Amino acid sequence: MEYKITGFVHIRDQHIFLDGREIFSSNVSKDPGDFLKQAYSELQISYPKFHKMDVLCKLGIVGTEVLFRNHQISPDTALVFSNASSSLETDKDHRKEMNGIVSPSIFVYTLPNIVLGEISIKHKLQSENVFFVSEKFNAALIKDYTTVLLENSNVPAVVCGWIEWKNAEYDVFLCLVSPEGKINFNRENLEELYYFQNERSAN
Amino acid sequence: MKDLYLLDDVIISPLGFSTEENLASVRKGISGLELHKNHRFSNGEFYAGIIDNTLLQQAFLKIGNPDKFTKLEQMMLLAVHKVIATNPGLDLNETALILSSTKGNIDLLEEKTSFPKNRVFLTELAKVIQDFFGFKNEPIVVSNACVSGGLALAVAKRFIAAGNYEQAIVVGGDLVSDFVVSGFNSFQAISATPCAPFSKDRSGISLGEAAAAILVSSRKPKNSQVVSLIGEATANDANHISGPSRTGEGLVISIEKALRKSGISGNELSYISAHGTGTMYNDEMEAVALSRLNLTSILVNSFKGYYGHTLGASALLESILTKHSLLKNELFISLNFREAGVSIPLNIITETRKETLRYALKTASGFGGCNLALVFKKEENGV
Amino acid sequence: MSDLRTELKQSIIEQLNLEELEVNDIANDEPLFGNGLGLDSIDALELIVLLEKEYGIKLDDPQKGKEIFVSIDKMAEYIEAHRTT
Repeated sequence: MEYKITGFVHIRDQHIFLDGREIFSSNVSKDPGDFLKQAYSELQISYPKFHKMDVLCKLGIVGTEVLFRNHQISPDTALVFSNASSSLETDKDHRKEMNGIVSPSIFVYTLPNIVLGEISIKHKLQSENVFFVSEKFNAALIKDYTTVLLENSNVPAVVCGWIEWKNAEYDVFLCLVSPEGKINFNRENLEELYYFQNERSAN
Repeated sequence: MKDLYLLDDVIISPLGFSTEENLASVRKGISGLELHKNHRFSNGEFYAGIIDNTLLQQAFLKIGNPDKFTKLEQMMLLAVHKVIATNPGLDLNETALILSSTKGNIDLLEEKTSFPKNRVFLTELAKVIQDFFGFKNEPIVVSNACVSGGLALAVAKRFIAAGNYEQAIVVGGDLVSDFVVSGFNSFQAISATPCAPFSKDRSGISLGEAAAAILVSSRKPKNSQVVSLIGEATANDANHISGPSRTGEGLVISIEKALRKSGISGNELSYISAHGTGTMYNDEMEAVALSRLNLTSILVNSFKGYYGHTLGASALLESILTKHSLLKNELFISLNFREAGVSIPLNIITETRKETLRYALKTASGFGGCNLALVFKKEENGV
Repeated sequence: MSDLRTELKQSIIEQLNLEELEVNDIANDEPLFGNGLGLDSIDALELIVLLEKEYGIKLDDPQKGKEIFVSIDKMAEYIEAHRTT
């Protein structure tokens, strides 16, 4: 069975792109929290729990919100995410709290897979999850694992990709993969989509 | 998908620096949980399973310089070293390295550390292990809360199915760091007494640290007896990021899917190695999940009374113990269980004894609403 | 005394990240949990932290939280009786 990239989203450098077209940008603030709050408002997301999340989870919620808008998403949609820094930024926040009275609402976000939980809760997805950590976006890893899930785990669709937050920079590239769409789901196309968009947003 | 055969394994824990030592202690009902000083607790101490640093360094001296490696690295390197030493013909160009950890070298976030700060990255931890032994390919790192160790076995099976490898070394590890102690303490989740899974008087988790490593392969070994992973699945509860679904949604789905993949029905299971952390919510949720699947008559235990909750190592370490239970037809008492404390009666193992076993289920759950089920099968003389 | 209630509401909105709420949106006797403000188990733990950070009250038994965090009024009463700062 040939799988397709049914849709894809990028969030980087104060821009959000869906299927390669810019749908939101802002030059109000480089701070990811501020940018995402603006995006949340602009995209009319309406989900108060958003404000309790750390930046990594907000990136995931905004990214999947955009990705899911034009598609019927099955509760069996799997999530295959990856990044380089795990939850390091929030880990540093928790580390600061450790000198005084620790906040449970910060500690809970000191795991990279919490973003999978937040997305699952919002969209009622009760499916396969995995979070990989790699130095750079590893298209082969993501492509292979996603394909095995689609072929062997009775999973109708997968959201896979990269969701990185380090210092004040963020880099999100998420694909919805299923039997429908025009772009073939393979390593070359994944890489091309990931890198190509990065060049464009630098302009 | 081909079955995944579980070959040589090593457990590095307060109960010993080899699987054999660990089994010997578990057989005697010895727990690695001891009182340790910690200012975060009102009485200045807490129960945890912590590896003695001096003993660890002494053991590590035989293979490397302890000054150059963090505690977690020494634990994981010792584990992988023993697996490789037992398999001298292993080609590390063709063997995947799959690593599981929730927080890695998180203790390096302290200001005073002699190690480069970037060792806090899980990819750097993985590189240390890769370079120490000379694995050719980039390690695969799984960080998915407390299901990570077992998920790493599922990941091994899935990548082998993708055709890139025929074998892998899976290693998992985590520390009892001040980072996690302070965090779980803020959740009021740490028990004042050694954790007592499924017990009426249970009052939370005990933390533990350990490393575990295992060689896995799609090629069936020539042994007369072998255990394989025949079914695996994960599923999210879609309920809450820190508390499990009261109805065990994700765990039920995981177990159902894993059983379906394995080709056996629930009542063919001989034994269940539960997640059993000792919190009111987790243990109750597991009981509910097992009840919904009509699995409450299957013999069940938790290993966390022996080790505490070893986070990214736990599901792997406990899978290894499950494998040995199957191979030796041995059931281990669910340590610290006193009086039934979940709403549905379970068949808790209350006596370490021999029993003919064939199929086992390993379950795990974690923060983020994740759940995992693994089905293991023991084959004897080709059957 | 109404200052304490206002202060409490402001602290709660800030500490629990209830960004879409204002002080006027929270009634003094409204249940905080259940449907009220949609608070969950992590919020309950954060309220325990708030009591300690802002009012120096350390809850020995976290289960007591259930009785205290019923409403702003109940919280204010408890704080008035037990605060050390």
